[in-house]
Amino acid sequence: MINQGEILSTIQMIENENLDVRTITMGISLLDCIDTDIKKSCNKIIKKITSCAKNLVKTGEDIEADFGVPIVNKRISVTPISLIAGACGASSYVEYAKALDFAAKEVGVNFLGGFSALVEKGMTPSDKVLINSIPEALSHTSVVCSSVNIGSTKAGINMDAVSIMGKIIKDTAQLTAEKNSIGCAKLVVFANAVQDNPFMAGAFHGVGEGECVINVGVSGPGVVHAAVKRLGDNASFDEVAETIKKTAFKITRVGQLVAQEASKRLNASFGIVDLSLAPTPAIGDSVARILEEMGLSNCGGHGTTAALALLNDAVKKGGVMASSHVGGLSGAFIPVSEDEGMIEAVNNGSLSIDKLEAMTCVCSVGLDMIAVPGSTTADTISAIIADEAAIGMINSKTTAVRIIPVVGKSVGESVEFGGLLGTAPIMPCNIGDACKFIHRGGRIPAPIQSLKN
Amino acid sequence: MEKRAIVTVIGVDKVGIIAHVGNVLSDIDINILDISQTVMQQYFTMIMLVDYNMCKKEFKEVKQYLASAGEQINMKISIQQEAIFNAMHKI
Repeated sequence: MINQGEILSTIQMIENENLDVRTITMGISLLDCIDTDIKKSCNKIIKKITSCAKNLVKTGEDIEADFGVPIVNKRISVTPISLIAGACGASSYVEYAKALDFAAKEVGVNFLGGFSALVEKGMTPSDKVLINSIPEALSHTSVVCSSVNIGSTKAGINMDAVSIMGKIIKDTAQLTAEKNSIGCAKLVVFANAVQDNPFMAGAFHGVGEGECVINVGVSGPGVVHAAVKRLGDNASFDEVAETIKKTAFKITRVGQLVAQEASKRLNASFGIVDLSLAPTPAIGDSVARILEEMGLSNCGGHGTTAALALLNDAVKKGGVMASSHVGGLSGAFIPVSEDEGMIEAVNNGSLSIDKLEAMTCVCSVGLDMIAVPGSTTADTISAIIADEAAIGMINSKTTAVRIIPVVGKSVGESVEFGGLLGTAPIMPCNIGDACKFIHRGGRIPAPIQSLKN
Repeated sequence: MEKRAIVTVIGVDKVGIIAHVGNVLSDIDINILDISQTVMQQYFTMIMLVDYNMCKKEFKEVKQYLASAGEQINMKISIQQEAIFNAMHKI
């Protein structure tokens, strides 16, 4: 029998430290749903999703009951719709978004990602239609998420797409203005997007993936925080890193177990476990508080980037041996509105967009769930995207921008999105003007580090 | 074949906890394989390794049944399949 201390430590993590599996995400290929008739294509999509994922939610609930570990979300990712819809020749893909929304609700999942286009090097006519459909698609659906990849280490940055995405984000904010511009919370602009990410809003099912795959995203900032806290203030960084590694190992083992069980029960292949520390707005589930526990008075102050670098690296080192296949984004997330400690740090003036940008150099993903004034121009948003994409491109890592220019709000106010999306204080942007820069167009060439052959 | 799970019982110590839990488990044909218990501060903590192979209820129902049986004596009773503990603590 496993010893009593180990059993109690597991129970403590689940009951008091918010250990959970954030998501079981089923990736479904829609490549066989292509049709020249948009109605037929949408019907094929609905049929495929509702048949592949019909038991997804129930299986998630069963596994939750069997192991006693909460599984917060069940989600679906699909092949980027720009690839599926091209053959139909339609001038808008909103119908596809509605079909996805309908199918997702039929099977009862929390989110569905994949209203996406990959345009890091150039745009096909279908990519253009998809991107132009995003604002309306997100305002007419509730669980569909959209993403656009505009840059990569291999291809450079497509600045034409960066320019367009600034406008698309503004339009999405406008069309969902009555709901605090929430549409933008479901739209991510990526550089180096990954094909097997289980986390929203950026999940899509890449073309290199199989027919039906289970990817699992773990969570557990509260568990790491508690472990670091137990070390006390005098532990060295060596001890802090070791403790985080061991804790990440245990968290990831739960993810691995859930992923294996889910793929077996759903007759789908096991894809990856994503080793991400994903915060929630709940007290005791914050990444910011882990950084503060290391000895910083406020998240965002000097020392934050170093603390985050240690955390991110130790999580990966601990997690990688715990799972047979690691993938997705894998690292610490820093979504402002979804992290109680980050929200407080913004409110007390210690965390700025500039500092967040620096933090994204050493952790997973990028500027995430950041609300800015509704008056922020499309060009400024494009410039923010370009900066993040440059960090991703040069450092061969995924970066993303999920920014919400909240219509009618200004610095000092905050907006409530509810649920996992949390509460976002409106943050000020730099006052500089990037208009001429953004309107040059063209591509930023791929960096020298792309030439590895 | 054995189907093993861990039952944990946590709450304020009182007379008859083991008797109550033992009866509840026997009512639904769950066999106790091993028991350990301790009292930490004023909290009674009991951990049982059980075999639920003979139990006719669905695991979800067992869970609810034990939770409500726990409420009767003001204790928290939960059951989890052994696999999660093995996964976390054994390589």
